[in-house]
Amino acid sequence: MRSLFYALSVAAVVGLAFWAYGEGYETRQTERAVARLEREIGQRHQELSMLRTEWAYLNRPDRLHELAEMNFESLGLIPLAPDHFALADQVGYPPPAPPEPPQTVMAWGEGAALEEKIGDVIVMTHRYGADAAPRLIAPPTLADDGEQLP
Amino acid sequence: MIFRRKPKPVATDPFQPVTPRVPRPRDPVAVAPPRENPEKMRLRAERRLKFTAACFVFGFAVVGLKMGAISASEAREPRTGGLAGAGIVSARADITDREGRVLATNVTATALYAQPHLMVDPVAAAEGLARIFPDMKVDTWTRRFTSGSKFYWLKGNISPEQQQAVHDLGEPGLLFGQREMRVYPNGPLASHVLGGARYGAQDVRAAEIKGVAGVEAVFNDYLSDPAREGAPLRLSVDLSVQTAVERVLASGMGLMNAKGAAAILMDAKTGEIVSLASLPDFDPNDRPAPATEGDPGDSPLFNRAVQGVYELGSTFKIFAAAQSLELGLTNAGTMIDTQGPMRQGRHRIRDFHDYGPRLSVTDVIVKSSNVGTARMALDIGAARQKAFLESLGFFAPTPVELTEAPGARPIVPTRWPEISTMTISYGHGLSASPLHLATAYASLLNGGTRVTPTLLARDDAVEPGARVVSPRVSAEARHMLRQVVTRGTASLMEVEGYQVGGKTGTADKPSPTGGYYDDKTITTFAGIFPAQDPEYVIVVSLDEPSIFAAGEERRTAGWTAVPVASEIVRRVAPLLGLRPDFDPRADSFGAYLTQAAASR
Repeated sequence: MRSLFYALSVAAVVGLAFWAYGEGYETRQTERAVARLEREIGQRHQELSMLRTEWAYLNRPDRLHELAEMNFESLGLIPLAPDHFALADQVGYPPPAPPEPPQTVMAWGEGAALEEKIGDVIVMTHRYGADAAPRLIAPPTLADDGEQLP
Repeated sequence: MIFRRKPKPVATDPFQPVTPRVPRPRDPVAVAPPRENPEKMRLRAERRLKFTAACFVFGFAVVGLKMGAISASEAREPRTGGLAGAGIVSARADITDREGRVLATNVTATALYAQPHLMVDPVAAAEGLARIFPDMKVDTWTRRFTSGSKFYWLKGNISPEQQQAVHDLGEPGLLFGQREMRVYPNGPLASHVLGGARYGAQDVRAAEIKGVAGVEAVFNDYLSDPAREGAPLRLSVDLSVQTAVERVLASGMGLMNAKGAAAILMDAKTGEIVSLASLPDFDPNDRPAPATEGDPGDSPLFNRAVQGVYELGSTFKIFAAAQSLELGLTNAGTMIDTQGPMRQGRHRIRDFHDYGPRLSVTDVIVKSSNVGTARMALDIGAARQKAFLESLGFFAPTPVELTEAPGARPIVPTRWPEISTMTISYGHGLSASPLHLATAYASLLNGGTRVTPTLLARDDAVEPGARVVSPRVSAEARHMLRQVVTRGTASLMEVEGYQVGGKTGTADKPSPTGGYYDDKTITTFAGIFPAQDPEYVIVVSLDEPSIFAAGEERRTAGWTAVPVASEIVRRVAPLLGLRPDFDPRADSFGAYLTQAAASR
């Protein structure tokens, strides 16, 4: 009886030692993983702040102003003025479209002329008059490295 | 008697043994064990003692070793896991405008330092560095690298390309340090607000960033407080409005041949500064050194809007008129004697033109009559005038959050004789900054409650400050200022849809040798829009403007500061989300009274 008790306690000690050993290793591994993840999070944070800085730099008002001037042909952006405000009933909404029969899908530029397609929309450009032909906003020409300067 | 208990025998003699009734069994005779060998017993005891001692020695040795290991190793923060370290990356928080657009942030940067004792070929290293950095002299650095010193900082920030080039030199004595760098992505925009930053204590692994001026210096501890976990500091400045103001002001300054300009746009009710511009300005990414010679007021670092203390001229007249109305001495229609010139001792006060014998209070403001204002001020008296100007903040530096602000104390006369009362009523003899003027206009015209200028965005409702004048007087003052624009000296100020009211001010510049220049002025426009329901106060000030217009050289505010201010309002009001009101009834006095009744 007594020897059985001794054998059991020794076995329990050995078993617990194995368990504790395994737990210890697992803890250390988890700690390393956590540290790695924290480092990664820190790195991502740093990248994020760099990107945010880059975004702020590229969106600095001076550059936007110059880009708006360079692309005046296509965008026609001018500073906001008091006479640009209008009432909601002054906006020309298109009449509700009649139910169209299903037709083959066409690219935007194909088929009927552009003017016909958006003819229902009254284009409200204040400075250039409502009767000016609407222009397609084309992507601006790019510099050699693909970025539009400045 | 058979049941009678036998009496207990009582021992009379304690020493007499009482005989037990039952005889006790005899003790068994102990069987003596065979005696062990005493030598063997001693040995066993010794073994046991030794074993116990060994256990104790082992236990204490483990404790001692651990203590030794702890004391010998470098101290380390306990790691608690979680995300304790991941939240904080920047040593210094960002600064954003009121919409959250970044005004100042950090990026990682690389510093270059040298350890000459690790160098293989110091001369080649110096030559290589001189090739990469043109400002480094070969001789100087050869001498330093061979002098026996062990450490030199070479560059605070180098670009990745430069880092690669230095790396390619292959010199083990040239090393790179990690640090963060303060970046102002918008360049010189709002430079006087932001100020700038430099490195404080630096190490090869990190460097402390310290604010030098402006908001950066005032909120230095706040920005670098780790407890805030990098939450950005939100200013009341609006980036797009600031851009528009600076662009218009710069072109206006060029057009008017001015050597400096300042503009302030302030929320009339809360005192939040939406835009604060001072020209010429600088790039806070590359903050120039303070000027050591010449007038510090001409340095680009000089913040004219906050530090520039000038006589602000006729813009002060509305204070005398408003106080006169508030005290009940006059009302808007009371006729004031404007017969000039007015004599006071050896001084003579005259008007720009002769406006005839009498004008109403409104017309004194509209036509900007010095004589009329001086007479109103005399009626008010020096003590009351002083108290009123003090309640508007003209006797203390502005409490705005800029390092420059506490130094800009208005210049007020020490004695206050009658001539001071008269001249100060039309803005001469008391010098204050444009920010003082903006604060006073906001306090007087927003319905009559004192505002505190601030550069921090406020989200919660602001408690109105101490009452300066009654809402009724505030409305009447606004109506007078509105008429200055519709039929007075600021006629170029009219902006369709936004009923601007305001007052012009032209002051001759004081010469450093005493007296005033004949041909140098400071022109100011201070106004409020929309006048019937005030939202924003604008102050524009030009330094030494001069323009050739309508056949002659013009230096008055009506020809210089007013067109610039008008263009600023035209550009900025839509950006501020103010809806233009083209209703002609907006100019009727009833609209002003409605607002006054609402703000009571």
